[in-house]
Amino acid sequence: MRWLVATVAETIPETARAVTLRLDVPDWPGHRAGQHVDVRLTADDGYQAQRSYSIASPPDSERLELTVERIDDGEVSPYLTTVADVGDQFELRGPVGGWFVWDAADDAPVLLVGGGSGVVPLRAMLHHHAASGSTAAMHLVQSARTLGDVIYRQELEALVGPRRALTVTLTRESPPDWGGHRGRVDAGLLAEVGWPPSAQPHCYVCGPTGFVETVADALVELGHEPRRIRTERFGPTGG
Amino acid sequence: MDTTLDGNAAAGALGDVFAFDVTMAMTTCATCGDRRPVAELRAYMDAPGIILRCASCSATQLRLVRAGDRAWLDLRGIQVLEIHGPAPAG
Repeated sequence: MRWLVATVAETIPETARAVTLRLDVPDWPGHRAGQHVDVRLTADDGYQAQRSYSIASPPDSERLELTVERIDDGEVSPYLTTVADVGDQFELRGPVGGWFVWDAADDAPVLLVGGGSGVVPLRAMLHHHAASGSTAAMHLVQSARTLGDVIYRQELEALVGPRRALTVTLTRESPPDWGGHRGRVDAGLLAEVGWPPSAQPHCYVCGPTGFVETVADALVELGHEPRRIRTERFGPTGG
Repeated sequence: MDTTLDGNAAAGALGDVFAFDVTMAMTTCATCGDRRPVAELRAYMDAPGIILRCASCSATQLRLVRAGDRAWLDLRGIQVLEIHGPAPAG
């Protein structure tokens, strides 16, 4: 697959650690909601570092968007989150990955569960759901450590409607007047806010490896069929 | 601390050697018989090359090493690779 040159058109701070990069990518072939790209940075001495990032924007968006969380000792994310500015260029290739993808033509209910920046590909699915006029019911359960760590907070709240629901849970600290959930995503929370297995929802789980394992196990424990649960994991090596 | 990714992260590199999206293909582990798509194998991207391991028993399923215009693909850990696609014409 060919490497393409991306030019930063805009940078949008999302949280203290996460930044959305809006990119101009000539010849971008289009993508499906949930796919990702490989980003490659080349240093002046020729050293190259490569990482995989989920695409944050839906298929019909004007520009390709990546939301990147800074990993302090990472090789790629510190550049993308703190150095890259409007006009800067880097290489990417994609879209890649056909597994963790939601298709708007499928009208089965959809449960999205995102931990931290695991919400990024799920954001693409929610926007795609809204733009496509899908009749499927879609519910995002978003987990973050603190309110300040919730990526896309106001944006996703604005997407809530008759067929789109949002549940946010804060795992580490929450304001006294916090009206959402507290604590980690577990079988109790999923049973309370998710669909019953009899509704046969598609489940998409994305986040750090431990988060994904816990949530996928909880869904199976509740009776969801493993084949309806799709997962995407990332760790600090994703930096 | 978690350091592993999964097969989704290897889609770009595997796309260089497979003519189709192999992350969608279903694997059967030669060691324990676990069945799951390549996308859900554990991925170790920091090795010299890429290693995908069984999510159930950790046996190596796939190794891909590249040097210049050559690639070495070791699939001995996968007993069967089940590929879904359109039926051949004819």
